[in-house]
Amino acid sequence: MTAPSGLVRRGNTQRALKNHVFKWFCGLCAAISVVVLGILLTSLVMQGWEHLDWDFLRSAPSRKPKIAGIGPAMWGTIWICAACAIAALPLGVATAIFLEEYKPVKPPLRRLHSFLQLNISNLAGVPSIVYGILGLTAFVQMFGMIGNLNDPALTVGTPEDWYYFQLPFGRGVLAGGLTLMLVVLPIVIVSSQESLRAVPGSLREGALACGATRWQMVWRMTLPAAVPGIMTGSILAMSRAIGEAAPILVIAGIVFIRFTPHHLMDEFTAMPLQIYDWAGRPQEEFHKVAATGILVLLTILLAFNAFAVLIRQKFQRPLQ
Amino acid sequence: MRSKLARRAVEGVVRAILVGASGFSILTTTAIIVVLTLETTRFFRSDGVSFTAFITGFEWNPLLGAEKHFGIWPLICGTLIVTIIAMLVAIPLGLFTAIYLSEYAPRRVRAVLKPVLEVLAGVPTVVYGFFALTVITPLLRGIYAGFEIYNVFSAGLAVGIMCLPIVCSISEDALRAVPTSLREGAYGLGATKFDVSVSVVTPAALSGIIAASLLAVARAVGETMIVALAAGNLARMIWNPTEQAQTMTAYMVQIFLGDASNFGVEYYSAYAVAATLFVMTFLLTLLGHRIRIKFREEYE
Repeated sequence: MTAPSGLVRRGNTQRALKNHVFKWFCGLCAAISVVVLGILLTSLVMQGWEHLDWDFLRSAPSRKPKIAGIGPAMWGTIWICAACAIAALPLGVATAIFLEEYKPVKPPLRRLHSFLQLNISNLAGVPSIVYGILGLTAFVQMFGMIGNLNDPALTVGTPEDWYYFQLPFGRGVLAGGLTLMLVVLPIVIVSSQESLRAVPGSLREGALACGATRWQMVWRMTLPAAVPGIMTGSILAMSRAIGEAAPILVIAGIVFIRFTPHHLMDEFTAMPLQIYDWAGRPQEEFHKVAATGILVLLTILLAFNAFAVLIRQKFQRPLQ
Repeated sequence: MRSKLARRAVEGVVRAILVGASGFSILTTTAIIVVLTLETTRFFRSDGVSFTAFITGFEWNPLLGAEKHFGIWPLICGTLIVTIIAMLVAIPLGLFTAIYLSEYAPRRVRAVLKPVLEVLAGVPTVVYGFFALTVITPLLRGIYAGFEIYNVFSAGLAVGIMCLPIVCSISEDALRAVPTSLREGAYGLGATKFDVSVSVVTPAALSGIIAASLLAVARAVGETMIVALAAGNLARMIWNPTEQAQTMTAYMVQIFLGDASNFGVEYYSAYAVAATLFVMTFLLTLLGHRIRIKFREEYE
């Protein structure tokens, strides 16, 4: 009996060794992402530290890297993201409610429903620059059907007024915000759907059994229970919107802007665009300015994410 | 009686609003297809442009030279090289990280690793582009002097880092969805964790892993800012990743930033490139969806 048992033992140590090596190999792969993030942040701080002060946040971009700032770009980002949020959140949540709470029973309608779902997952995969092109045609030029940029079909007020409005929108804040809305809409829809799905069915059945209509059930039971999840998802979607550069690049181009926007049709630039502009210049000194801009951008994103985590932990109590 | 009527009215109005909101996403898809088709048709109607030359041509120089050539392959070549390099980084690293997270990682390591991956997923792509240009490229040039200032390899690495969290988080979800009973069965037969991970859990989660990889490929193909900053602006057929090349998205950025006269043939060529890109990512998404449905292993 000695020979087989020896064989078995040697087989076992070999297998244990293999397991051990594999474990360390996987751990090493996992560690690489930590190392990469470390290098990324360290290099940004080392390059960007020099220019980081209050003046950088306030002043306008300049040809001289020493006095260049990110002020107008920051305000541009705030304007377009506000426009994006106002448009995307109601639309996204409404779509999610329709998909999750109004599931039809009849087969043809059900097929339509699953087509809608497939369409949304497909929209989530469309490259963001394609949305930029769509925004350029649909919002900036309005398909060339309603006047053109030099001769708008409809204007309200003059460009000096804060309520100035025109059709087509032109390369302004509203066009940028709506284009961002197209980009983040699938994200808002999917995350809202997930939080609605997490609400236990017993709550719905209870409401319906008490004689509530479907909308009363949604408005008074499902939606309040899902709000923390929807908010978390929406904040994460907005942080995607803040960092998105490609679609805004198509809408706004790289323009030299010294002022904050005054109205919804005003020209604008955004933080990712400004960073792209600085990073693309050949001078070393501008790369440092770009790094400073990135530090500001990442700080804002981090604040958003922290806020989302806070909401998740504070309000998400288990519903059973 | 009146309240019942009112309730029914409210119900109807709300349903109409919800249907309208959902219709918006269909409208978006339709608008994308209509816009791209219309402008691409206008491009193919221009002088000196033909569809066959577009899909078979190996020369792309719309902005330079006396004679303009519109052959899409150099741009596809650039995109493919970047995507391949990115996937060589993202898929293995993402998969092994996912296996580590779902099978091996102690809770304390997990508590560090998950937020790190979430932060990496949340970093804007323009930041990765800057990282490629100012950190990865100088590093590569330090190792081997043959790397050009703009090169496909560095852009590919950065795109790979960007895609890593996508592959990892979706693969991990798929691995975790494999029922514990399967693992316990394997352990009961005397398998080690290595055996369980490699020959039980990973095959069971394969459809999810493939879907995750396809999603990452679609993201890499459509990635814009990294390649616009780090990969260069020279459209040509290359095999050497140390050289610069132009991708489809980088070409679009070049056109829409105003390198071309508005409404000339070069301007509309960007729409044709966008249509090609849209078709590619659409097919990838559809394929991922199919694979996920068709090869899903159900264990309930």
